Parts: sequence; structure tokens; C-alpha cells
Amino acid sequence: MTLPSLAWYWPVIGGLMIGTAAGGFLVLTGRIAGVSGLLDNTLGLSSAGDRSLSALFLAALLVASGLALAVKPISLPSLSISATPLLVLAGLLVGFGTRLGSGCTSGHGVCGLARLSPRSMVATGVFMLMGMAAVAVVRMMIGGGT
Amino acid sequence: MIRLAAVLCGALFGLGLVVSDMANPARVLAFLDVAGRWDPSLALVMGGALIPSAIAYRWVRARNAPVLAAALHIPNQRQIDRNLVIGAAVFGVGWGLAGVCPGPAIALLPTGQPFALVFAAAMVVGMLLHWLLHRPRSTENSP
Repeated sequence: MTLPSLAWYWPVIGGLMIGTAAGGFLVLTGRIAGVSGLLDNTLGLSSAGDRSLSALFLAALLVASGLALAVKPISLPSLSISATPLLVLAGLLVGFGTRLGSGCTSGHGVCGLARLSPRSMVATGVFMLMGMAAVAVVRMMIGGGT
Repeated sequence: MIRLAAVLCGALFGLGLVVSDMANPARVLAFLDVAGRWDPSLALVMGGALIPSAIAYRWVRARNAPVLAAALHIPNQRQIDRNLVIGAAVFGVGWGLAGVCPGPAIALLPTGQPFALVFAAAMVVGMLLHWLLHRPRSTENSP
């Protein structure tokens, strides 16, 4: 896996955009821009707030990222038969875990930390550490170099 | 007006995910790979995101109401319970296995690539499984 280096200002600019979007959503609509919660709401699995607003936010996210990806494509891992079960497992865990834990990287990591929510601080610490642990375990099992 | 706000915020969020390269699973995994060639990008993204969102939170709290809606919908749950910790741990493992969290999962759908489609489908199934198991009292759904 070769990853091109990224000038430091791109993550900062992108982060400012994400934070402005989440902050703007809160100030304008009064709601938390947590993607897993918005998706849950859009799918009709929760009754938290106006479903059409959640759907609009996510639809706009999808269209905008689609346009941006047309300009700046991202190369995704090609999906072999042997790699598929792990990817399915990962998706299941992300879907289930974000609902059980009431949030994901955006809801806890951005919105929650910005509110200095103790729950979000704990959640963010836990998912960061578990993410690092998962990567470390995969690295050991595959035995790949740096 | 409030619908336009949702569209603009969603679009800016999606652009930010691509500009920051957080939609790139390899970039996320490089951050989580602390034993390898660590890439600090994700920390910079979170740091950058926290500044405007923290200002926005203080502002809306001071106003005591959002601009385009009647009331704030901010979680008031304070208790650090088992579901929070286990859920975050389960999410973290999945995140570390694929390098994708819910925002990027949606942002990557337009690529149409099998990786993106399979992950997003499995993620939705995971959410459905949670809904099936926790249906009786699934009132708390925001962070």
C-alpha cells in the first residue's frame, strides 16, 4: 500500500470545512451532524428529529463528494474474494457499533468533543485505541512491513 | 430555508472529507497504524474541525436556540454507560479493519467501486441488526 504524502494544510483545510459544516448545521438547524445518527434517522430506525433534513444532509454529502472525487479520485483497495468477508465484518461492526455507542467519528469525534461532552471524550478515546489495536493485529497477522 | 441549510452543510461536509483525504481508507489506516509509518493527517483534520464546531456550539448555546429551528436537539445524556463503551469499541475495531467510518462510507458511494458498495451495505445491515435487537427502547440515538 503506497500512500502519497499529503501537505499538512489539506487536512487542516478539510477539517475546517468539516467543522464549519457540522457547526453550521448545529447553529442553523439545532441538530448534531453525526453521520451515523443522520443515516439511522434517514433509514427510519430512529425518530430523532426531522427525517427529511437528515436525508438532505446525506444526499448533499454524497453528491458533493462525488463531484470532488471526480476531480481528485481516491484509489480504493480492489476487492478480492478472500478480502470480502473481512470487509463485510468491518461494515457490520461499524454499523452496529456506532448505533450501540450512539455516534461515530463525526458525532462523537467532532461534535461531541466540541461540546466537551464526557461521553464523547470516552467514546473517541475508545474507538481510536480499538482502531489502532485492530490495525496492529492485522499487521501482525499479515506480517507486512512498514 | 432550513432544507437549504441542510443541503449546504452536507455538501460542505462531503467536500471536506475529500479535501482532507479522510475519505481515503489508506489515509485513515495510516493514522491508526502507530507502529508503522504514522500519518498524523487525521489528527490535523480533527483539530481543524474542532475549532469552528466549538465556536458554533458556544454561539448556539449563548443564543439558546438555533437560527432556523425552534429548539436545540443536543443530547443531554451524561452517563458513561456500558453501551457507549462497548459500542465505541466495536466501531473502533471495524474502523481499524477497513479504514472507513460512516461519513466516508457515504462519501465513497459515488465511486461505484465494490469496496465502497460492500462496506456501505454491510454498515447498513449492522445498523439494522442493532435496531432489531434494541427496538423496544431505541430513543437515544445521537451522541
